[in-house]
Amino acid sequence: MSGTFVGMPAFPEAAHDALADPTLRGNLRHATRTIRAKRARAVAELPDWARLRAAGRRIKDHTLRHLDRYLEQLEEAVTAAGGTVHWAADADEANRIVTGLVRATGESEVVKVKSMATQEIGLNEALEAAGIRAYETDLAELIVQLGGDRPSHILVPAIHRNRGEIREIFAREMGDWGRPAPAGLTDTPADLAEAARLHLREKFLRAKVGISGANFMVAETGTLVVVESEGNGRMCLTLPETLISVVGIEKIVPTWRDLEVFLQTLPRSSTAERMNPYTSTWTGTTDEDGPAAFHLVLLDNGRTDTLADEIGRQALRCIRCSACLNVCPVYERAGGHAYGSVYPGPIGAILSPQLRGTGSEIDASLPYASSLCGACYEVCPVAIDIPEVLVHLRERVVQGGPAVREGNRVVLKPAKRHAAERAAMRAARWALTHPAALRGGQRLASRTRRLHPRTLPGPGRAWSATRDLPPVPAEPFRDWWQRTNGGRDDGK
Amino acid sequence: MSSRDRVLGRVRRALADVTPDERPYAEAVPRDYLREHGDRTVEQTVDLLAANLADYRALVHRCASAELPGLLARLLAQRGSAEVLVPAGLPAQWLAAADPVRVHDRAADTAHRLDRVGSVVTGCAVAIAETGTIVLDGSPDQGRRRISLVPDHHVCVVRVPEQVVSSVPGALERLDPARPLTWISGPSATSDIELDRVEGVHGPRTLEVVLVTGEPAGGR
Repeated sequence: MSGTFVGMPAFPEAAHDALADPTLRGNLRHATRTIRAKRARAVAELPDWARLRAAGRRIKDHTLRHLDRYLEQLEEAVTAAGGTVHWAADADEANRIVTGLVRATGESEVVKVKSMATQEIGLNEALEAAGIRAYETDLAELIVQLGGDRPSHILVPAIHRNRGEIREIFAREMGDWGRPAPAGLTDTPADLAEAARLHLREKFLRAKVGISGANFMVAETGTLVVVESEGNGRMCLTLPETLISVVGIEKIVPTWRDLEVFLQTLPRSSTAERMNPYTSTWTGTTDEDGPAAFHLVLLDNGRTDTLADEIGRQALRCIRCSACLNVCPVYERAGGHAYGSVYPGPIGAILSPQLRGTGSEIDASLPYASSLCGACYEVCPVAIDIPEVLVHLRERVVQGGPAVREGNRVVLKPAKRHAAERAAMRAARWALTHPAALRGGQRLASRTRRLHPRTLPGPGRAWSATRDLPPVPAEPFRDWWQRTNGGRDDGK
Repeated sequence: MSSRDRVLGRVRRALADVTPDERPYAEAVPRDYLREHGDRTVEQTVDLLAANLADYRALVHRCASAELPGLLARLLAQRGSAEVLVPAGLPAQWLAAADPVRVHDRAADTAHRLDRVGSVVTGCAVAIAETGTIVLDGSPDQGRRRISLVPDHHVCVVRVPEQVVSSVPGALERLDPARPLTWISGPSATSDIELDRVEGVHGPRTLEVVLVTGEPAGGR
């Protein structure tokens, strides 16, 4: 369940397997279409949506362009309010800090609010290696954790599971983690939610350490904000004695007032609600209300490298609403696992290769996991031009060029797989500018069509493995034109 | 080099292309979006709050100040809770007619102790009509965050129209970020199982909101 999946195949191969799963495709079609329609209604309630979107974009852009200043201001405000701020340059460092903080409490278990940042750094695995058990408390995350699975959607992580499968996972696994599922558990959602409530309440009430992420951090006041639906967030943020929040450095907004934009656009974009059931804000610690100790771990882990890219940095505006997933024709068919990252869908296709670099097969293939239809840009509440960044990253994958990795300027080489593509393009350019050779080649291809393999040999296999090769016609078009006088003599 | 210096150094190098922007932040972002959506009278704003609360499956009641003790007694009796959590600063006469044993939330009480209490009654800091949201800020009539979380039945009293604002921007203006805030829109809910909405996962499964008119602010 780590955030980075070692040896993850490239997107086309992972998607190929996902496409063969009719249950997954059915679930995804139902879910994405339902959310899409509801979201459109929720957004239509606000006639100033376009202006809210523009304001959200400007707030985030401004923050990113002065990020050093706002980070320092935030640190000062959190410290003044009784919190402790830690800085983590990468995943290992963040995991070391959190593990150390948990150890210092003497506890061996923690409750967690759903957090993409902690998934990204593989915190649960790091805690486990240190002998600390981390319990996910969001219902969907619980399903994923008990099932030994990975999340497949930003907002509905267990979107790939049916109620029958969930019942089976609960009945089989809950006993190993704590309170077993009630006898005679049915697969109605209400019954399943009740089982999760009983199972988790036991953990909430005894928990001494909570771990969360945050949706927003306000530089001016040092306030952190978590939006959620179930109340598990409130449980983890309120009942434990120690609260540790791991938050990406891009999640800052400058002022308290800025929340008026995002608390209107985020719920409507993500769950299609006017407001999510629960929003918690806290500023450091408060006497006798909530945790006595609060630690904020500010996470870089590739974000400054992303910030260094003038076109790609807009991905850091993302507020994780998941609207882009629900409109994406590619995500709707392939599902979240094929993206091989905690950030699936269109935003994942531009965020993951920037956070992690394009060195691995999966990261080099992600900028291609798109039809460039532009629906993701239309729907984005902070107007991230995802297609623009996709094209920019494709160029980087194919041609290489300057980039920043772990703070250092590097010059990337073209990705290996793409050498064949460039060779093919050069060959095509030659053939198309030499008509006699093209004609000869086409005739040869037609005469030998029965001998052609169904997949391409050599480097072409990567392309043809996930696509049907077009059949070669019995006769080249130009020969047919000449023979039939442009079709006039045909079939007579 | 400390990690703090490393990260801040990377940020500054990454922003080498950014030209200094001397405009103050207040001018950098256009705020031409609406302060509220639609023209409403005060009564219509309260009606909208009631409608949006009900739309998210909160149970909404309306009464005049004098009827409040009777109404609260009836709601608690219907629920059948033996004990009711009461914040220290809740106006005493609100529960003057109620039967259940009143329990105060003491810092020394464990979460397990609170879990045995059936109902909680609180006031609120502000309510937002356009979204159907009530906001608690830990004032004496609302208590610690945990008391409106652990019991399964939450009754929240909103003074109308004084505590009602139209919109999210109006609410943020009234709230103090230094206090811990809890924004509540309907009961705890999830849509994680095949997108079917289920009320009540970890927070209170029943939220009742009483809109009371004529109740003096901070009345004891």
